Amino acid sequence: MHELKMKYQGKKMAPAFNAFHTFLYSPNETTHAGGTHVKGADDLKRTMNTVIMALVPILLFSMFNAGYQHFSAINGFPENFSVMEHFLTWDNFWIGIVKVLPLVVVSYGIGLIVEFIFAVIKGHEVEEGYLVTGMLVPLIVPVDTPLWMLAVAVVFGVVIGKEVFGGTGMNILNPALTIRAFLFFAYPTWMSGDKVWVHGAVDLAGGPDAISGETVLGFLAQNKEFQYSVSDMFFGFIPGSVGETSAFLCLLGGLFLIFSKIASWRIMVSAVIGSLVMGLVFNQVVELGWIGETSKFYGLMSFDFWKHLIVGGLAFGIVYMATDPVTGAQTNRGKWIYGFLIGFISVMIRVFNPAYPEGVFLAILLMNVFAPTIDHYVIRGNVNRRMKRLKNAVILPKDSDGKAEELKAETV
Amino acid sequence: MSKDIRIKKGLNINLVGAAEQTISKAVLSNVYALNLNDFHGITPKMLVKEGAEVKAGEALFYNKNYEDMQFVSPVSGELIEIERGARRRILTLKILADKEQQHVEHGSFDAANASSAEIKAFLLKGGCWPFVKQRPYDIVANPDATPKAIFVSAYVTAPLAANPDFALQGKEKELQAALSALGKLTPGKVHVSVGKTSNSPLASLAGIELHKVSGPHPAGLVGTQINKIDPINKGEVVWTVSPQDLVIIGELLLTGKFNAERVVALAGSSVKAPKYYKTKIGTEIATFLYASGVNGENFRVINGDVLTGSKSSQDGYLGFYNNTVTAIPEGDDYEFFGWNKPIFNKVSSTRALTFSWLQPKKKYDLTTNTNGEHRAFVVTGQYESVFPMDIFPMQLLKACMVKDLDEMEQLGLYEVAPEDFSLTEFICISKQPHQQIIREGLDLLYQEIG
Repeated sequence: MHELKMKYQGKKMAPAFNAFHTFLYSPNETTHAGGTHVKGADDLKRTMNTVIMALVPILLFSMFNAGYQHFSAINGFPENFSVMEHFLTWDNFWIGIVKVLPLVVVSYGIGLIVEFIFAVIKGHEVEEGYLVTGMLVPLIVPVDTPLWMLAVAVVFGVVIGKEVFGGTGMNILNPALTIRAFLFFAYPTWMSGDKVWVHGAVDLAGGPDAISGETVLGFLAQNKEFQYSVSDMFFGFIPGSVGETSAFLCLLGGLFLIFSKIASWRIMVSAVIGSLVMGLVFNQVVELGWIGETSKFYGLMSFDFWKHLIVGGLAFGIVYMATDPVTGAQTNRGKWIYGFLIGFISVMIRVFNPAYPEGVFLAILLMNVFAPTIDHYVIRGNVNRRMKRLKNAVILPKDSDGKAEELKAETV
Repeated sequence: MSKDIRIKKGLNINLVGAAEQTISKAVLSNVYALNLNDFHGITPKMLVKEGAEVKAGEALFYNKNYEDMQFVSPVSGELIEIERGARRRILTLKILADKEQQHVEHGSFDAANASSAEIKAFLLKGGCWPFVKQRPYDIVANPDATPKAIFVSAYVTAPLAANPDFALQGKEKELQAALSALGKLTPGKVHVSVGKTSNSPLASLAGIELHKVSGPHPAGLVGTQINKIDPINKGEVVWTVSPQDLVIIGELLLTGKFNAERVVALAGSSVKAPKYYKTKIGTEIATFLYASGVNGENFRVINGDVLTGSKSSQDGYLGFYNNTVTAIPEGDDYEFFGWNKPIFNKVSSTRALTFSWLQPKKKYDLTTNTNGEHRAFVVTGQYESVFPMDIFPMQLLKACMVKDLDEMEQLGLYEVAPEDFSLTEFICISKQPHQQIIREGLDLLYQEIG
């Protein structure tokens, strides 16, 4: 392997080989003469890998849930639900293997091919950013998304969302959400409605065995009753995009990422606060009787404010999407504002969106665009502090020319 | 009067091989050398020719932009080699030392009754001026400027660096002479900082503003202290001097001789018996490196500490400003699956399957491996956690990279030196060369605005 690397050094395909090589071995590079002579243990691969580790439980859960929702929609939900008997079964997992795993494979396969091509063309190393994106993408699409559709979206997302800006670290929008948004606007029938969230619902639609797979938010948007308990919603035994359902596992993943200091706790906490505030506002609107039960917003507005966190993609979005360091706010104070607005706007869009009762990805993409603006004002605060200090600057004359006053007038 | 400074943000890097607190006398070196890279931004003009005999303290060259600023020979002997690099730039001057050392005698100097111009002239002539550095730009101070304050940090937090409390013992007289004289060059204060619990010889001096500093690295860097005590604004100038250089300045003032003697810490895990040596500026590092013994063959010798020092070699020479020499193993080998397995033996600022947070007191044996490849900036918020100044580090780095002069100014480039970014460079996940970026930014700003 080391010899191969040497052999291809300086050639066009070098980045491709190096990518394989650094996957197996951490490089033998030593610090250069002018900088620090020792360096910290972490590199970008480790950072990305930590996020992937936090996603693995969710992927496994989603594979079981794909089957559980499928069979429950056909046979009805089991009474006396037990996790071992009804959820962690081979049948359920098999549906996961057939339906969820191909999404992962396509997402990684297509995405990495695009990354490799760009790395070879531009002659830089293959960057790690896609390792996380490729894992996120299958988790935020409906389970029956056709694979070709996913492949098209991935190519679009990686090229337009990331590579045109210069690759990992340079992009403005979260690539995973760009892919999701592309799917949403290009193939809306596959991305919303009551048929896409459970495997098989689309194929069986219209026939005698038609099954429904409405999400909790879908029920609420139509002011309908639903049968899921709070614990179902919290632990994730509900229909929805592949990996978004379990708020419990998102919580665990979030805690792990905060503990390992990989993701920003500021964004997560402020996003939770933001969504609770918006939810409370809507609850108050209902409380005060400003809208009646006939209003089409009644279902979502009267939904207990804290329950917004455990249905839909909010928990998943807050933990894994909003905390993307590249597209989020970069200053600590900016992160508070950025996170708060994500939570706030997510719930707002969720309630007011007539066609599709979910708004997390739109809210995050919107805030991605505004993150540099938020940072700009935070940084101006620092600059203004410095400017204020400058007014009291002690600018002393040079021995040769006593032009201090002039210099001061010029700089203030 | 003393004011306490407590730094919370930072990271102490505990390394194996701290110098034991005993001083040995290093063997006398045959050849001494001045490395001109130590004097950043100075264009040298030679005063003596190859083959000339010089005395200790005799000028070898001067600053092309400031003719009175002379750089002197640490020893008496024969200038045997002027090593030149590309475009005939002078790299090093080598002097073959005499058996009997002869000094240039300037006569003792009565600083108490001298004007600031006279003090400056004496230091310039005596070759001690280059020890005075200025901020902004982190270069040898411009003697024409008047600093608003002078800062001396005698609190050291850098990994394995020489402890001034120990190395400067018994030098109170010289330190006092130097600080009294320098104090007359500024209408402001002379700020001296020592460790909170130290018995520093600087703590009892007169005419200074004493600060007691505590906290993790980079609390000991003078830049951090300036930012907390009296931050630099655009147009202002402060001077900084290292305590070990004050001793040389003090001795020149008291005796009229340039005495290049200095206590140097030899440290690092590649040294068998790390300890302090008394030697001279420009000495061959080999004169004391092998006296302590080395582990293995493949190690790197560093002039300075592991974060800010410059790469030297086993047959290199002690730098003009350095009082620490570190030797650590080279890490030029591959590590299988190094990026995803748990790490117990390296320092990390995260807890991503790295476990240095479990044992904050443990000493580590780090190599020069980069532990990853160079990438674009990705992760945010990491630098801020170890960067105590009121500056946005990543934004400033980016401003330097895109050469945006306005941004560089506004974000506080005047306040920093490359060494202030050594810790952020250490923890940088994208393995960016922070110090180099800042150095280039400072050079650009100096060139454009001066």
